[in-house]
This record gives sequence, C-alpha cells and structure tokens, in this order.
Amino acid sequence: MDLALAPETLARWQFGITTVYHFLFVPLTISLAALTAGLQTAWVRTEKEKYLRATKFWGKLFLINIAMGVVTGIVQEFQFGMNWSDYSRFVGDVFGAPLAFEALIAFFFESTFIGLWIFGWDKLPKKIHLACIWMVSIGTLLSAYFILAANSWMQHPVGYRINEAKGRAELTDFWRVLTQNTALNQVFHSFSAAFLTGGAFMVGIAAFHLMRKKHIPEMRTSLRLGLVTLAVGGLLTAVSGDTLGKVMYEQQPMKMAAAEALWDGEKPAPFSVFAYGDVDQGHNKVALEIPGLLSFLAHSDFESYVPGINDTNEALQQKFGPGDYKPIVPVAYWGFRWMIGFGMASFSLGLVGLWLTRKRFLLPAALRTGEDEVPHLVLLKKPLGSKLTRLYWLLALWTMAFPLIANSWGWIFTEMGRQPWVVYGVMQTRDAVSPGVSQAEILTSMITFTVLYAILAVVEVKLLVKYVKAGPPELTEADLNPPTKIGGDSRDADKPMAFSY
Amino acid sequence: MELHDVWFVLIAVLWIGYFFLEGFDFGVGILTKLLARDRPERRVLINTIGPVWDGNEVWLLSAGGATFAAFPEWYATLFSGFYLPLLLILVCLIVRGVAFEYRAKRPEENWQRNWEHAIFWTSLLPAFLWGVAFANIVHGVKIDQDFEYVGTVGDLLNPYALLGGLVTLTLFTFHGAVFAALKTVGDIRERARKLATKVGLVTAVCALLFLLWTQVDSGDGKSLVALVVAVAALVAALVANQAGREGWSFALSGLTIVAAVTMLFLTLFPNVMPSSLNADWNLTVTNASSSPYTLKIMTWCAAIATPVVMVYQGWTYWVFRKRIGTQHLAEPVH
Repeated sequence: MDLALAPETLARWQFGITTVYHFLFVPLTISLAALTAGLQTAWVRTEKEKYLRATKFWGKLFLINIAMGVVTGIVQEFQFGMNWSDYSRFVGDVFGAPLAFEALIAFFFESTFIGLWIFGWDKLPKKIHLACIWMVSIGTLLSAYFILAANSWMQHPVGYRINEAKGRAELTDFWRVLTQNTALNQVFHSFSAAFLTGGAFMVGIAAFHLMRKKHIPEMRTSLRLGLVTLAVGGLLTAVSGDTLGKVMYEQQPMKMAAAEALWDGEKPAPFSVFAYGDVDQGHNKVALEIPGLLSFLAHSDFESYVPGINDTNEALQQKFGPGDYKPIVPVAYWGFRWMIGFGMASFSLGLVGLWLTRKRFLLPAALRTGEDEVPHLVLLKKPLGSKLTRLYWLLALWTMAFPLIANSWGWIFTEMGRQPWVVYGVMQTRDAVSPGVSQAEILTSMITFTVLYAILAVVEVKLLVKYVKAGPPELTEADLNPPTKIGGDSRDADKPMAFSY
Repeated sequence: MELHDVWFVLIAVLWIGYFFLEGFDFGVGILTKLLARDRPERRVLINTIGPVWDGNEVWLLSAGGATFAAFPEWYATLFSGFYLPLLLILVCLIVRGVAFEYRAKRPEENWQRNWEHAIFWTSLLPAFLWGVAFANIVHGVKIDQDFEYVGTVGDLLNPYALLGGLVTLTLFTFHGAVFAALKTVGDIRERARKLATKVGLVTAVCALLFLLWTQVDSGDGKSLVALVVAVAALVAALVANQAGREGWSFALSGLTIVAAVTMLFLTLFPNVMPSSLNADWNLTVTNASSSPYTLKIMTWCAAIATPVVMVYQGWTYWVFRKRIGTQHLAEPVH
C-alpha cells in the first residue's frame, strides 16, 4: 500500500490536525476564563462599571472561543477508540483513568457552570454568578491537568506493569501517573503558555481599540491586565520550558538531540541557532552555534556531555532491537525553534509594553494619564512619537496570534519528537492503529474533520472579528440591578431574560 | 458483585443519564421544526434547553471516558467497529454545539435560518443513530476472535437496529415535547401537549414492538419487569400529559427511558458486546474489563463525583425553573 495513504499515516494526520486545531482553543479558554473571572471579581468588589463592561466584552469572546474548544474536544475523547483501537486495548487500563476523571470531574464542572454563567445574569445574585465563572475556570484547569497527566504517561510511562498474559499495560500506581515530574512540568509549561496566549490576545485587541481611541477606560484596564499576564506568563513559560527540557534530556534524549539536530554527541555541546541538515548522511551541512549553551540547557553545566542522534539511536537499538529510532529531525529541529521563537517574541513585546506603559513613581507626573485617556508610551523621559506609538499598537495587534503558533509547534515537536513511539519505550505508533478500520474509512473521517474544521474556523474568526470591533457593550438596567434571589426577583412575570440564545 | 459488575452498572447509569437528559434536548431540537411556527417560537424552544444542553452532553463524554477506563476492549471494539455511524454522530454534535452558541450572534436572516436547520438535523440524526448503535450492541454484531468488528456498515442497518433507531427517535421527541410543555408558557405550551400525545402514541407502538422483540430474542424475567415498567410508564406519561399534569408526564417519560435502557443492559449482561459469529468471541464484563486496581480507583472517583454532579446539575434546573414564552426573549445584541 502506498505509504502516504497507509492507515497509520492517515490516522496520524487526523490526530495531528484535530489535536492542533483543538489546542488553538484550549489555551485561550483556560486564560480567558480566569481573566474574565478576574475582571468580574473587580466589578463585584469595586462596582466600577468599566469592569463590568470589560467582563461582558471579554466574556463574549471567551464564549465564542470555548464553544469551539468544547465541540472539538468531543472528537478527542472518541478518536482513540476509532483510529487507535490497538492502542486503546493496550493502554486503556492506565490511560483511560485520567480521561474518565477528566470527564467526571472537570467536564461536568465546566459545562454545567458555563450554562449558569451565560444565562445566569438575571437569575443569580452577583456573588453566586461570579462564583460560576470561577468554577468554569477551575474546570478548565482541572481538565487540562488530567489530560496532560495522560499525555505525560505516553512521554514517560510510570506506575504500570506489563501483563504478559493479557498483553496489556496495567496501572499499579495512579498517584505516580498524576504526580510524576513529566506531568508536573508539562502542566506548569502548558498553563503558563496558556496565560502567555491569553495575555497576547488581550493586549492585541486592547491595542486595536486604543489606537483608534475607542472604549478607552475598559481597554486601558485590559491592556494593563493583558501586559502583566503576558509578561508573567512568558517568564514562567521560559522557566518551565527550561526545566521540562532538562527532564526530557533524561527521559527522551533522542527528542532533545533531534531538537538540536545534534548528530554526534559533544562535550561541551553547542546550542544550534541555525542548521541545515542532511538526514541521510547524519550530519549538518551548515550550522551556526553558541558554544557550550546546549550542555547548560541539558544539565545546567557548560562542560557536560550531550549525546547525539546517532549515538542515541545505537543505544536504543541495543535496548529495543534493530530498527530506526529517529524522529523526523527537521520537524523536531524547526518545531523547537518556532515554539521558542514565536513564544518569546510575544513575551518580549509584553515586557517592552509593560515598561512603556509604566505608572506611578516610575513615570514623571506630567506624563501620567487619567482613566479615560490613552496611556502615553514613554521610553525614558518623553513619550514616543505618534508614529512609534502607532507602530507598537500595530505590532501588538499583528503578533497577537504568535503564541498560538508557538503552542502548536510545541505540541508538534513533543509528539513527533517522541516517534516512532506512541508510548515511549513501550509501544510503537505503527502497532497502535485500528486493524479493523479500512483506509477508506480513515480517509473519509480525516477529510470530513478537516473540511468541517476549516469551515468552522472561518465562521469563528469572522464572529470574533465582529465582536472585537463592536467593543464593550452598553450596560442595561438589568446589568446594573442584579437579582438578590436565586432564580431571579419575580416582580414582573413577563420581564424579558437578560440573555437568550 | 465484583468490581467489573459494578462498572457494568455504572456504565449503564451514565448512558441512562445521557439518554434521559440529552434525550429531551435532542427532542426539543427536533421540535424546532415540528412544533415551532416562527422564529420567536423556535427561540423559545432553544432557550428552554439553552442553559443545560452542554452539561447534558457531558454524560456522553463520561460514558465514553469511563468505558475506556473500565472496559478498554469494549471501548476499542465499539468505536472502531461502529466507525462511520460514530463519525456522523460526532459531526452532528460538533455542529450542534456551535449552532446553539452562534445562532443568535449575528442578525442576518440566512445566518440564523442555516443554524436552525443545523439544530434540527443534528438533533434528529444522533437521536436515531444512538438507537441503531444500542440495538446492534444488544443484538450482537460480527466480532472475530481478536475482538475486531468484521462486519460492514450495511450490517449495522438491519431491521432490528433500524427499529431501535426509530424508538430512540420517537421516544426522545416525545420526551422533548413533554419537556417543552413543562417549560413554556402560552400557545406553544398547549400545542406541545397536543403534539406530545400524537408522538407518544407512535412511540408506544415502536417501543412495544422493539422491546418485545428484544425480550423474545434475549430476555429473561428481570428484563420482562423492566419492559413492563417501560411500557406502563409510557402509557402513564401519555395519560398525565392528557390530564395536563406536565411535571408528572415528564417524570414518567423519563422513567420510560430509564426502564427501556435498563432493559437493554439487563439483556446484555454479562456480555458487553456479544459476537454474532461465535459465542466464545463475546466481549464480556470479565474479558473486556480493566484490572481490579484501576476499577477500584475509578469506583472511588465515580462514587464521589457522580452524586455531586447530580446535585449541582439538579440545582441548575432549579435556577432556571421559570417557564418561558416569546415575551421573555431578550433583544439580541449585535
């Protein structure tokens, strides 16, 4: 059978497409839930209307986004069984548990309280309504935690044994699966990247409005909140990325050697900034390197030895028998660089913005601005000129999707860098596909999801643009007079709902 | 009772929860064409399930996830075997979720009408297909010694399964109509009741045929009890509906679903997916289940989480207990 259309290849493409697509929505959902909850908390505490308008504005964008996240998540739950039935049979005893926990604990939380939040503005007292969005936020975090623990088990299987009689992996220590260092580091890295993503999104949209001097009070607040989120999220993403990298050097040396296109082990090993490799010959043609940096990244020691792709491959052949244990090196190498490059570009822009829009004692009194004024962007003692100011706003707007690109490449890198394994050292991807599912069926499903997702992407983006442009809504009488009783204050039986589909 | 038996019951509970809850929201989706006369009425119907459909759907995800964890072989055989019908269900659920959330977000006539078509079809198709799927599970399909499904899509569309599909379709529509009567006010409420009577009679005929067929095929004493309860509840639901006792009618149409699904699981046990080729190749609670350790952890999780879920989901229904009519629709903000 033509390899390009082999069921394994098609199933991998489908998993890649549906998962990367799903993960466009996940980080935004995680961060926007928390940020919206934060803004609503500010409204409840201070009763300043700008916070409520900002809550409604970001809440709307959050809902447009989470709808896509939820529905694309359904596919994730079922495609293991559909396309990867041998994988499911082999690992279900271990891998199924975190998935079931995710559904029973996190999904119910998220989905039930989101309904209460959307429709509850005139049905729930202020504080209970606020609690609902926090519940949603907790649900999103829990959900991400369980699924990352499951993925971490594929990266570094622990807490299990192989039952030879049944031909499957069996769970022996669930707590270890949930708390192993791979899981904790992946969770740390993914959560911080999620906030980096949400921060950049918020900054980009706030910049869009501030550039046009519209909705200034809400967008000033949003800009500040977004910049802080972006900077803190970015910093934590870098820190957690470093520790996760070190864990990976221990657990999957091949992935990290491929990430560097380091063909032969070196001591001390350089960090490759740019390389053009020749896979067949097992070395690079061109390479621009920083001496010793890779040794440091791997082991916190500029002099240490880092094994290369060729040595690791030989070591794996000795351990697991003949075969090729190399991932596709250019994908790992460039995926790693794009992940870092796009993520850190956003982070830098956030740091710059945080400095430019600094407040209080860091800023000369004459340059301070009021609540309803666009903040000056101040480099040292003087504001930037109008062209440079505009440039910053535009940069923030144009780069607001950079973290999405970084997230996608991060996943592509870590999943493809693990190949040929589906469960590292335990099961190879080629043994994981459904033997009973035909090529035609997988092709049908892959094309169906791809086309459907493409159409929905257009619909979603257009809707986001419409609501971004519209800006925060005017507040109504009902918004400013939330009910005091659960179920709503029933003064008028025919009073319209505050929100309906 | 061993742990894998407990899990057989829990999986049944999750599916029953799913069909009880999503059953009426599928039904309401179907009624947007059967009952509603214009856009405001369609909106009324959609908004009766607006705050709850998403939480209802999670029962499916839980059933899927729990099957993966407790019966990996069942999960693998079922979802790789029923590939194309499941694909269709997934597509429907994707479009349906987006349709609810996006329909009112633009004012254009085309936009709203298209999403309304989508809500109807994506409610109708899964309502039918779940019945087809479950009838096939109960009846047995071509499973080989490696637990692989070796039949075709055509094999899944046999008369018994199609009748099963018709039962879930009509039963969910009835359940939805009764729910609509319970949750709306004004003219639409009366019409929902009248429609419920008609749909209920059709449902009674289909369900009686299907359940009797099942009983003759693979039933025993216990399943007969469930059958009697299901049919009696359906008749009582019709009577209550006729008498204008909407709350009772809804509880009874729900009981019909509970009893009917219980009957299917009773006839299934101790198999989870029998093979029509050779009884030795049946997937059973023993050969399809996870290890005792996994089942124990899962039992703790389910024993704590499920009651809590029921409490806060129940609370949601209480928060949104008011009936709605066209006068309650919010002015859309665009």
